[in-house]
Amino acid sequence: MATGYGRIARDGLWDNNGVLAMLLGMCPTMAMTTSATNGLGMGLATAVVMAASGGLVATFRGYITQEVRIPVYILIVAAMVTVVDLTMNAYMHDLYKVLGLFIPLIVSNCLPLARLESFASKEPVLPSLADGVFMGLGFTLALTAIGAVREILGAGTLFADASLLLGPAFSFMEVRVMPESMGTLMMILPPGGFLVTGFLVVGKRMIDVAGGKAIQMGGAHAV
Amino acid sequence: MNKNSSLYHGLVLGAFCLGFGLLLAVTDALTAKDIAARAMEDRQNSLAAVIPDAIHDNNPVVDTILLDVAKDEGLTVYLAKKDGLVTGVAYEVSGIGYAGRIKLMLGVGADGRVLGVRALAHKETPGLGDKIEIKKGDWIERFTGLGLGNPPIEKWKVKKDGGQFDQFSGATITPRGVVGAIREGLVFFDARKQELTQPQPPQKVNEVR
Repeated sequence: MATGYGRIARDGLWDNNGVLAMLLGMCPTMAMTTSATNGLGMGLATAVVMAASGGLVATFRGYITQEVRIPVYILIVAAMVTVVDLTMNAYMHDLYKVLGLFIPLIVSNCLPLARLESFASKEPVLPSLADGVFMGLGFTLALTAIGAVREILGAGTLFADASLLLGPAFSFMEVRVMPESMGTLMMILPPGGFLVTGFLVVGKRMIDVAGGKAIQMGGAHAV
Repeated sequence: MNKNSSLYHGLVLGAFCLGFGLLLAVTDALTAKDIAARAMEDRQNSLAAVIPDAIHDNNPVVDTILLDVAKDEGLTVYLAKKDGLVTGVAYEVSGIGYAGRIKLMLGVGADGRVLGVRALAHKETPGLGDKIEIKKGDWIERFTGLGLGNPPIEKWKVKKDGGQFDQFSGATITPRGVVGAIREGLVFFDARKQELTQPQPPQKVNEVR
């Protein structure tokens, strides 16, 4: 049963990446990647929820019976989302104004549920917590990458409004790559999300193939 | 108890619901005060943009009246007062944009001229319709100082419709919605001027002095 932390980290960040390998959580992925900053914020909020719910499910895994496990998982994820939502609204209000609309979307994200079902329900607390953290960070990585490509091609900027998300000290991240008039609006609109996600999924597989790894059938084992 | 009985599953689920329900209640109790304070600050900020500080000595956020605009529908009006006299009012207006309703906060002076307009919420296309946000451009500032006589009401339209306001490149529907909403807001002010600028004492709600 024991899974090494190195393996967990590798799985979450790259090999079994929630978006680029398993193609889970497509709803927030498409909706929130209009800019790199939005993708980063959504990813981090999801990571917090995933870590907390993973740890909780692993803690209670002896009590959750097979028949009621799905409602209990949804209950736990929804409760964690609400706690994050209220806490951010109260203490990180500027960030909340940017992300607030999208935090409730985490409940409908299949990725936390898939990880609870396939990992946290079988493993001890700490590895489950780690799995939540690294799966969440992998999600963040993918969302930030998709957001960065869409933002550069669509608006000509990179990490615009990053200071709203991370604080004024991070305003150096806000870069204008090319003039706004050169932006392709379609990349910001929904079709851009599908296009960029598709190309990045292909890109990841090409890197894996070049590295001599067998291509896994993404998603097949996780749902 | 038999671990396979429906009763047991029900109890397990019920226990989790109770536990997490309690957690949510505690979180809510801990954050409710801060969230209310933040909401108040937000409203203060959005009002500060449409009512200049110089024209009032009260707090418009809590100095409000409720006007009936339709059956069972009230409109909260924020009053700016100086020395007890109403110098300006602010209220929410809305128009239909390209992707649903555009909500605006409109500030009107006692003389019927626009003190300021800000977009509160909209779902317009990023990069096109969102230029109505002050963050993305100063287009919304052009209404400040204008009123129903200036320009005349038939000119309160975008240029494409024969009015005097510029649409922005690539988007006509969004500015049309905004200009229409402001026009309606000013017409409303004109029609209810008496109630707005000389509110009767019984209508005052939550007045803090």
